[in-house]
Amino acid sequence: MNSLFPSIVSRSQSSGLMNFFVPIISIVLTLITGSIIFVLLGFDPAYALYTFFISPISSTYGISELFVKATPLALIAIGLSYCFKNNIYNIGAEGQLTMGAIFGGGIGILFHDTNAFWLLPLMIFGGAIGGSLWGLIPAILKTKFNTNEILTSLMLVYVALYILDYLVVGPWKDPFGYSFPKSRPFSESGRMPLLFDGLRVHFGLIITLFLIFVSWFIFSKTIFGFQLKVSGYSPKAARYAGFNQTTLVLFAFAICGAFAGIAGLAEVSGPIGLLYRDISPNYGFTAIIVAFLGRLHPIGIIFASLVIALTYLGAEDAQLFLQIPSAVGFIFQGLVLFYLLGAELLINYKLTYKKLL
Amino acid sequence: MNLDLIFGILQIVLIATTPLVFAGIGELVTEKSGVLNLGVEGMMLVGAVSAFIILVITGSYFLAFFVSILSGIIMSGLFAFLVLFLMSNQIATGLALTIFGIGLSSMLGKQYIGTPIDGLSPWFFVIFSFLIVFLVSYFFYKTKAGLILRAVGESHNSAHALGYSVIKIRFLSILFGGSMCALAGSYISICYAPMWQEGMTAGRGWIALALVVFATWKPERVLIGAYIFGGVTILQMNLQALGLRFPGQFFSMAPYVATIIVLVLISSNKLRIKLSAPASLTIPFYKGR
Repeated sequence: MNSLFPSIVSRSQSSGLMNFFVPIISIVLTLITGSIIFVLLGFDPAYALYTFFISPISSTYGISELFVKATPLALIAIGLSYCFKNNIYNIGAEGQLTMGAIFGGGIGILFHDTNAFWLLPLMIFGGAIGGSLWGLIPAILKTKFNTNEILTSLMLVYVALYILDYLVVGPWKDPFGYSFPKSRPFSESGRMPLLFDGLRVHFGLIITLFLIFVSWFIFSKTIFGFQLKVSGYSPKAARYAGFNQTTLVLFAFAICGAFAGIAGLAEVSGPIGLLYRDISPNYGFTAIIVAFLGRLHPIGIIFASLVIALTYLGAEDAQLFLQIPSAVGFIFQGLVLFYLLGAELLINYKLTYKKLL
Repeated sequence: MNLDLIFGILQIVLIATTPLVFAGIGELVTEKSGVLNLGVEGMMLVGAVSAFIILVITGSYFLAFFVSILSGIIMSGLFAFLVLFLMSNQIATGLALTIFGIGLSSMLGKQYIGTPIDGLSPWFFVIFSFLIVFLVSYFFYKTKAGLILRAVGESHNSAHALGYSVIKIRFLSILFGGSMCALAGSYISICYAPMWQEGMTAGRGWIALALVVFATWKPERVLIGAYIFGGVTILQMNLQALGLRFPGQFFSMAPYVATIIVLVLISSNKLRIKLSAPASLTIPFYKGR
C-alpha cells in the first residue's frame, strides 16, 4: 500500500524535460484560474478570455503593440539572466531602466533642437551608461561591503524614480509645457525610427533581438558565460576553479543595468518622445517574471516576453470592453509567477509515493 | 511657533506613522524566522480593500478589521505554502504576491471608489501599535518561544536538529506578518484616509521593508525608524504648505538612501552583520528524506 500523500524527493540531476514543460503548465493553470475569476465576476469566460487574449492581437496594429510592449520586457529579462544565472538577485531593474531614461533622455533634452545622425546613438549610449552606473552601485556595495544586493537594488528603484520626478517637475520641465510635469519633446533625430508606417513598433525591437543574440552567444560559447553558470550552480566549484566572483558580480550587474537602461531609453525615445513621471508601467519588475518564465534562456525569454506583453494589452482591452480595471493584468502576471514558482519544484525534486507496507 | 501647532503636527505624525509600525513589525517577525516576504505592499492593499468593502456592506468596524486580517492570513498563507512546502524562491514569490495583490485589490475595490464611509478614530490603533512593538520585543528576548523563532531564523538546520519544527514556526511567523500588513492596510482605508482608492498604500509597503533593515532587525528600532521616516514625510508636507520652495523628492527618497547607508554600515563588519541580520534569511529549508 502506498501513502496517500506524495513526498518530495530531491532529484540527482534537474530535469530538462520539466524545465521545458513547467512554463507551459503554469500558463495553462493561469488561464484556468483566470476563467474561474471571470465566472465569479459574472462574465462569460469564453468571451472574457477572448477579449483578454485574442482580440488585442487580431489586427496588425495589435500585433505591433504586442511587440512594443514585449521589447523592453525581453531586453530587461535577458539582462536579468546575466545576474540570475549567477544567483545574484538584482531586483532593481526598474531603477536601472529609469536611470537609463534619465541619462539618455537628458542628452535628448540637451540637443532638443539638433537634428543629426549621431544623436540617437549617443542617447542609446547614454542610456546604457546610466543604467549600468545605477546597476553598479549595488554591485560595488556587495563586493566591497558585503551588502545584500536584493535590498540595495530594490531601494535604489525608488531613489531613481524620485530623481526622475524631481527632474521633470524641476530643472528639466518643458518651458512651453503649461507646467505639466514633463520635459521638452526630443528632436526628430532623437526618436527611435519606426519599423513600419503607421505602427508604433520601433527600432528598439531590432536592438533587443541583436542583444538577445549576443547574449545567447555569450552564454553558450564564451568562458564568461560558462563562469556565470558554474558559479551559479556551485559557488564552491567556481572558487576552486579560480573564477573571480567579484569581477563576475560587477560584470553581471553592469550588463544588466546597461540593458535595462537601453530599454528605458528605447521607451522614452520610442513611443513616448519625452521624459515624464510614469515612463514605465512596472516593466523592470515584470521583466523578472519574464526571466523566470523564459527559464533564463534567450529563446524562452522571447516567448515569455510575448506572453506577458499580452497581459498588458489584454488588460487594456478588458478595461475598454468589460469595464474591469486594467490592473486585472497584474492578477494574471502574479498568478503565472505563482504557478511557475510552485511548479519549479518538479524540476529539482520529484514526487514519490512512499510504500507504507 | 505656538504650542497648538506643535501638538497638531505631533498628532499628524503619530497618525501617519502607525501603519508603518504595523507593517514593519509584521515583516520583522517574518524576517526574524528567516523568510523575506516582499509582498508587504500587496498584502496591505488587499487588507485595505477588504476592510473597506466589509465596512460598506455590514457597517461593522469589528467585522471589517476581522475580515481584513483574515485576508492578510490568506495572502501570506499562499506565500507560505509556496516558499515553505514547494520551496520556491522567496524573492520572486514575494514580488508575485505584491503584483497579484495590486491587481486583486484594484479589481475588488473598483465599485467602491468614492463610496463615503464614517472613519474610525485612529487613537486606539496608535496606542496598539506601540503595545505590539513591546509585545514582540518581550516575546523575542524574554520568552522561550521567541528564542526558538530567532534560532530558526539564524540556523534552521540546528533548530531542526534540536527537534523544533522549522516549517511550522516559519509558517506562523509569515501569517503573523501577513495579518499585521493587512491591519496596516485596513487602518489606512478606515482610519487614516478614510476611503478606498487604487494603490492607496502609496509605497508604504516598500518603506516598511526598508524600515526592518534600517532597524537592523530590532523591534524597538522599528518604532524609532518608523517615526523618523514618518516625521520626515510630514515635515516635508508642512514645509511645502508653508510655501518653502525646495524639491520634496529628496525628502521622499531619504528613507531609502538612509536604509542603504545603514545596510552598508552593518554589512561592512562581519560580526556586526551576524549580530543584526538573521543568518538564514531567504535560504529555503529542505529537510531531506
